[in-house]
Amino acid sequence: MKPDNQRIVITGIGLTSPMGNTLSEFREGLLNNGSGITHTEIRHMGVVAAGLCKFDETKYQPKKMRKRGTRAGAISIYATNEALADSGIQFDSVDKNRVGVYLGITEHGNVETENEIHDLYNTHNMDVSFWSHHHNPRTVANNPAGEVTLNLGITGPHYTIGAACAAGNLGIIQGVQQLLLDEVDLALAGGISESTETFGIFAAFKAQGALGHHEDPTKATRPMDLERNGIVVSEGGAVYVLERLSDAKKRNAKIYAEIIGYHSNSDASDFVLPNTERQIECMQMAIKKAGIETGEIDIVNMHATGTTQGDIQECQAVEKLFGAYKNVHVNATKGFIGHAMGAAGALELAGNIPSFTDGYIHPCKKIENLDPQCAISGLVNGEKVSHDVKIILNNSFGMLGINSTLIVKKY
Amino acid sequence: MLSNEEVRAKVLDIIADIALDDDVSSIKDEVALRDQLDLDSMDFLDIVMELKKRHKIEVPQEDYTKLASMKSCVEYLAPKFNA
Repeated sequence: MKPDNQRIVITGIGLTSPMGNTLSEFREGLLNNGSGITHTEIRHMGVVAAGLCKFDETKYQPKKMRKRGTRAGAISIYATNEALADSGIQFDSVDKNRVGVYLGITEHGNVETENEIHDLYNTHNMDVSFWSHHHNPRTVANNPAGEVTLNLGITGPHYTIGAACAAGNLGIIQGVQQLLLDEVDLALAGGISESTETFGIFAAFKAQGALGHHEDPTKATRPMDLERNGIVVSEGGAVYVLERLSDAKKRNAKIYAEIIGYHSNSDASDFVLPNTERQIECMQMAIKKAGIETGEIDIVNMHATGTTQGDIQECQAVEKLFGAYKNVHVNATKGFIGHAMGAAGALELAGNIPSFTDGYIHPCKKIENLDPQCAISGLVNGEKVSHDVKIILNNSFGMLGINSTLIVKKY
Repeated sequence: MLSNEEVRAKVLDIIADIALDDDVSSIKDEVALRDQLDLDSMDFLDIVMELKKRHKIEVPQEDYTKLASMKSCVEYLAPKFNA
């Protein structure tokens, strides 16, 4: 058993999702067939399905700073403040030099750049002297994490982790690593996405034949369904308060879970198509690092975005690794909230963590017509399952062949 | 021809849209804006940009100090509004 100062625990969770702005609201939707997907008008795209968050952007920051910052910054500030409040930590008395902010992002800067170019062409007759002086601080890649430090007076390190749709897990992993390296005493880590504010991501998925659509927006993305036709782009964020177990014990903190294993690797095979073998290796390495047996895992949360090929390949990976173990249950989140991009991994983990205390495994959003190639063992479809959950494995994969797996254990 | 009061009102409209958390109704004209509102250098750049966007008034960098108070704003900008 590792010493307590080498064990990292989750002591606070803050989030905004298309299906609620607190963990309990989000969990409620996952257990009871909710949906956060609606039709909305996107510039140049017309009406598309998307997952939008409705939280109070100025609950934790002045109106002026919201106007100056970005949507990603607003999401980050909201989720971080919620996480700190949830942790019960007396933040005023925390040494701010020893706090780090590590947020995963799929992309950042597209929103502001699109807006500026739109105005340049449509309002300012190509006169670049109207280009905003806010453009650079809004589009630098560290923006969402930097806005958090400005908001909370944090003087420790901050940066974002650019990791496509694996970023939510990678943000958390970075926080764990920095705590283990003794670079910080408190890590505020997770994933963020503002992608629904940019038409480009919708247009690109459409060009790729991978933009989910349906006349009923709640059915626009149907991972593992034979009728699935792609991804629904969503925004959101989840931030975790991470501490060493020794510190958490000292302040008698509520402990959601211990992060016992993780791994990240690369496919090195294709810009967009996943790679089953590398996914298997990623999960195997995370399990090995966690020091557990494969069959001990209670929940495997799939990345499952709703694309034809991606779902099949991940199902092959999960079946090959876990198919023989009756204890392993498999669920997925994107049917409820869409694909929250850089926030996906962090949000999806948050959605499963309450299973440690409420005793349920949330299902996949009801798969009406299961793709035979996705009919894997342990799939929890449509109805929650009662189970004594102790270990969760969370997968998030992304473009350019980036894979991430995070394993958390009930404390 | 805009009066000084009308110029002041136009400047105040801009400041109100920038200092969103402040009460701008009681600004003292002779006191530096920075001493009575929560404004920083980025906000002054916003004021310059809004003068350009809304009123086609250019404020060269060497003149930024002339936007220090409401009184100096009006003195500096009135001729530009009326040019």
